[in-house]
Amino acid sequence: MHIAEGFLPPWHAAAWTAAAAPFVVHGARSLTRLVREHPGNTLLLGASGAFTFVLSALKIPSVTGSCSHPTGTGLGTVLFRPPVMAVLSTITLLFQALLLAHGGLTTLGANVFSMAVAGPWAGYGAYRLLRRLGAPLTAAVFTAAFTADLVTYCVTSVQLALAFPDPAGGFPAALAKFGSVFAVTQLPLAVAEGVLTVLVIRLLTQADRPALARLGLFTAPSGKDGRSPEEVAR
Amino acid sequence: MSRHTRINLLLLAVVVALAALPLVLGARGDAAEPFTGTDAQAEDAIGELAPGYEPWFAPLYEPPSTEVESGLFALQAAIGAGVLAYCLGLRRGRRQGEERAAAARTGADPAGDIPGEREDGPWEEGPPDAAVPTRGPDRPGSTPGTPGTPGTPGPDEAAAPAGAGGRPAPDGVPTGREGPPGGRESGRDGPGAHRSA
Repeated sequence: MHIAEGFLPPWHAAAWTAAAAPFVVHGARSLTRLVREHPGNTLLLGASGAFTFVLSALKIPSVTGSCSHPTGTGLGTVLFRPPVMAVLSTITLLFQALLLAHGGLTTLGANVFSMAVAGPWAGYGAYRLLRRLGAPLTAAVFTAAFTADLVTYCVTSVQLALAFPDPAGGFPAALAKFGSVFAVTQLPLAVAEGVLTVLVIRLLTQADRPALARLGLFTAPSGKDGRSPEEVAR
Repeated sequence: MSRHTRINLLLLAVVVALAALPLVLGARGDAAEPFTGTDAQAEDAIGELAPGYEPWFAPLYEPPSTEVESGLFALQAAIGAGVLAYCLGLRRGRRQGEERAAAARTGADPAGDIPGEREDGPWEEGPPDAAVPTRGPDRPGSTPGTPGTPGTPGPDEAAAPAGAGGRPAPDGVPTGREGPPGGRESGRDGPGAHRSA
């Protein structure tokens, strides 16, 4: 999903940067507030960032005969909500743009929008919906990670199709072209990421269940204001 | 092996299978150069859709070879995995320490007959001044500043000889097995909250 440096026309790059920036700024505020008010969560925060760091470095073969990498944004999204994940993913993307020539500074905005904004929010929506419907935690976590991964790559396809419409078929034809490169390859990887995220949630639960409970993971969102009963009780 | 562990291993096996199966089945796509990255394929697709397009900005730094690049990717994964494992292990150790402490406290207070855990009691409840001066003078390694300020050797330092067999516990890591030092049992605020003397 990394659009390479210089591969988006300047005003596309500027537009995506403008679109992504408010989410990252808002996320940075949420992050500092979270760390200040609940210092006990810092370790889990580090774990979420580290998970994204690992997964976005792993290029995994897919059945289409090409390689791609997961995003790892599902975990932090479920634990700390998408704004915080926006910051953690941006750090990862910046690392890759500066050190690995993977992605780029001019395309950072577009890449942040797909991996750090659109993916996490889509995953979070799926997670909340499933929890509200009474789905078990593991099913909701799997769907969140799967959705966040796949939506990231779909958004990248849209971004490229908007920038490079097919001379004959226009935007739809270009979307089909980029979609066949990204989305199809990503399907098995998104499944793998979903399973892996469930595994990490299980390990975290085993390591420190009360911390996850404090984040409202084991209580279905039933309260009208979106707070779990446990949060209300406190 | 517990059921929990078996399920975890099964999940891990699914992930490995999903990654390994394509390799076993072989590449169906480009036979000349199988398993290229999708990001590079997207660049090729751009070249087909807009043949005249030239990237207008170059990366500030580019790894000089694929070896260096793969090394940097490995570094990224290693940093991530290291931090993740550290967080998991530390969390788990702290939880176990807290649970043992809670078990020792609830068990020891009414009955007072838990062998091996009893010596933790005085360090918890007793005033720090009573404990510190007795240990202060006969310690050769104590820093020059400490004698003037009774109470600076916190509960960690004071409790460590009782709990961890003479070696002070590294800060922030409960010694787990021997039962944690008394000062670390503020409990409900989470492991981050660290009550000082």
